[in-house]
Amino acid sequence: MTNIPVVSAEFHERFAHREASGNKAIWALLDQVKDPEIPVISIWDLGVLQDVNAEQGKISVVITPTYSGCPAMREIEQDIHSVLEQAAYPNVEVISRLAPAWTTDWMSPEGRERLKEYGIAPPQRVAGRKLQCPQCGSSDTTLISEFGSTSCKALYKCNDCLEPFDYFKCI
Amino acid sequence: MNGARQKLLDFVIAQADDAMVLGQRLSEWCSNAPYLEEDLALTNVALDYVGRAKMFYEYASKLEAGKRSADDIAFLRDGRDFRNLLIMELPIGDFAFSMARQFLVDVFNLEYMALLQQSSDAEVAAIAGKAVKESRYHLRRSHEWVLRLGDGTEESHARMQKGLDELWGYIDELFVNTDAEVALIKEGVAIDRALLRDSWSNQVEAVLQEATLSKPGVEWTVTGGRQGIHTEHFGHMLAEMQFLQRAYPGLEW
Ligand SMILES: [Zn+2]
Repeated sequence: MTNIPVVSAEFHERFAHREASGNKAIWALLDQVKDPEIPVISIWDLGVLQDVNAEQGKISVVITPTYSGCPAMREIEQDIHSVLEQAAYPNVEVISRLAPAWTTDWMSPEGRERLKEYGIAPPQRVAGRKLQCPQCGSSDTTLISEFGSTSCKALYKCNDCLEPFDYFKCI
Repeated sequence: MNGARQKLLDFVIAQADDAMVLGQRLSEWCSNAPYLEEDLALTNVALDYVGRAKMFYEYASKLEAGKRSADDIAFLRDGRDFRNLLIMELPIGDFAFSMARQFLVDVFNLEYMALLQQSSDAEVAAIAGKAVKESRYHLRRSHEWVLRLGDGTEESHARMQKGLDELWGYIDELFVNTDAEVALIKEGVAIDRALLRDSWSNQVEAVLQEATLSKPGVEWTVTGGRQGIHTEHFGHMLAEMQFLQRAYPGLEW
């Protein structure tokens, strides 16, 4: 079975916005800011980074929080400041935008791939299809708990290799 | 502050209090749940509610032009100034009681927040937009537990039924609009709670039937949370919730 990578319309829109931006260098710098709980994916991959504006030496970075109570958001904000400060942009403002609400459809295809390599099954929209075990690829998997180690994950187990794994929930 | 702004502030604080108080209660399950996965689930739901409360308190602080911070409003008010619904503050009881409450509240919240997304107040609408996604999977889980415990062993059935019986008298309050809400409904800011009753009853009754549980025949009903009249349990909960900010004012994480 070949996996044809499908890019969601939502991600495509984000990507086009980034490509059209006049602040490409800053977007690229911000790729260094990772999700503190899943350090293999950046805030761009995660769909948290929405916009970058530069005006009269002041940079504003727009982010959308994932889950209401997610403690990682604070750390992400601090990391944005420190990455840009090190690149000699001292005047930075981080704006948190609630609407439209964050969705896993904003995640990048690269981010999904890296999640899988890291042992976390990426979010999938198709209802009724069995999740694939990120360890052995088997589709014989069962839900253990709707909630995992963080708000964004659920806990599954693989009935073939018998390993438990995290699933990045689709919202 | 003018009258209209005061009403919006009252409404936003009541929303925040509902979420904060339920979040605090849920967090009491931390390390006490029946097994590890449940412990994670309950504390994650608690976190969602505390996050929801934070967004509403921050908006309230903004409406007051920063006179009080979000933390001040949450941790430095006395019991009589809290406006949460009574059902949110009841002690956690046993696991069946907590799941019964979660289910009854989740059914309400999912529908309420879905409608509140259309609020004419952009900030309220945005917070509701986040809340609705979370309530959707909260309900998926609490629904499952009601079925599992109701249609489970003799003991789990009895406990779930007892939980529902004890909670039923607090349900009416979910559907009562405050004076502030009545005014805000006209402006398209708030949602008319009374209109949600039939749909709520239909959904809940269908699940109870599937779970072999009976709709409680409770004749009493109690309200008062929105007026600041709370149950005897509330002060004890606040004492624990507010201890740190009271003992060390201004302390930050
Ligand atoms: Zn496997």
